[in-house]
Amino acid sequence: MSDIVLRFLIGGAVVSVFALLGDLFKPKSFAGLFGAAPSVALATLALTLSSEGARYVATEARSMVLGAIAFFVYASVVSWVTMHYKWGALPVTASPILLWFGVACGLWRVCLR
Amino acid sequence: MKIHVELNVVQQTKWYEYALRFLFGGLITATAGIIAKKFGPEIGGLFLAFPAIFPASATLIEKHEREKKERLGLKARKRAAQAVSVAAAGASIGTIGLAAFALVVWKTIPNHSPWLVLPGATLVWMTLSVLLWQVRKRLAVFRRRTLN
Repeated sequence: MSDIVLRFLIGGAVVSVFALLGDLFKPKSFAGLFGAAPSVALATLALTLSSEGARYVATEARSMVLGAIAFFVYASVVSWVTMHYKWGALPVTASPILLWFGVACGLWRVCLR
Repeated sequence: MKIHVELNVVQQTKWYEYALRFLFGGLITATAGIIAKKFGPEIGGLFLAFPAIFPASATLIEKHEREKKERLGLKARKRAAQAVSVAAAGASIGTIGLAAFALVVWKTIPNHSPWLVLPGATLVWMTLSVLLWQVRKRLAVFRRRTLN
């Protein structure tokens, strides 16, 4: 339980720092880089290292490559849809999360299973 | 437009907007840990590149941009959608850096000090992302010039 609370606190702090950096920088396309910062990964991997060791972290990082490819597809779709349609940000960014799941799980099945 | 820092954005952002990001960031980090414990690191690792706070950040960008354009009497909705699109395009470049971060950690952490690998991989993410952003910007300028 304490491990989950610790992950929550450290994850929240690291993500907030990168999000703040994204707010500060202009132009917006440059600030957008921070939307794909390795914030969750840094918090998770640093904590996992102490409890599970380097081999476990390497396995997680290998899967993370596929997660990042899925994130690329997700962000590209969001960018295209918001450029061509005047829909609200929340539905346009929240609904393709399912696409991320589909691409990430599909890649995992093809490459790592 | 050159890269610069605007400090007044910190004052524009409300406390609950910071709290929301903290909550999302904390939740996804905790969830990634739980998933890795339950299903193993192969599945858990996927969630290290989950677009956790992107919807929250995009909603804030849309809100701030709409407020700014409405004050100037411009078409707020269209401009706000464009701002989100531009930020998402930036994030898509950042994901290439994110994949490189993961690749560096995967290949080097078993044989090197983790306290060198993690900052080094973060540097790779930052350098590659900025480099690709510069290339994309120059290509856009070149394309605009050739069209005119």
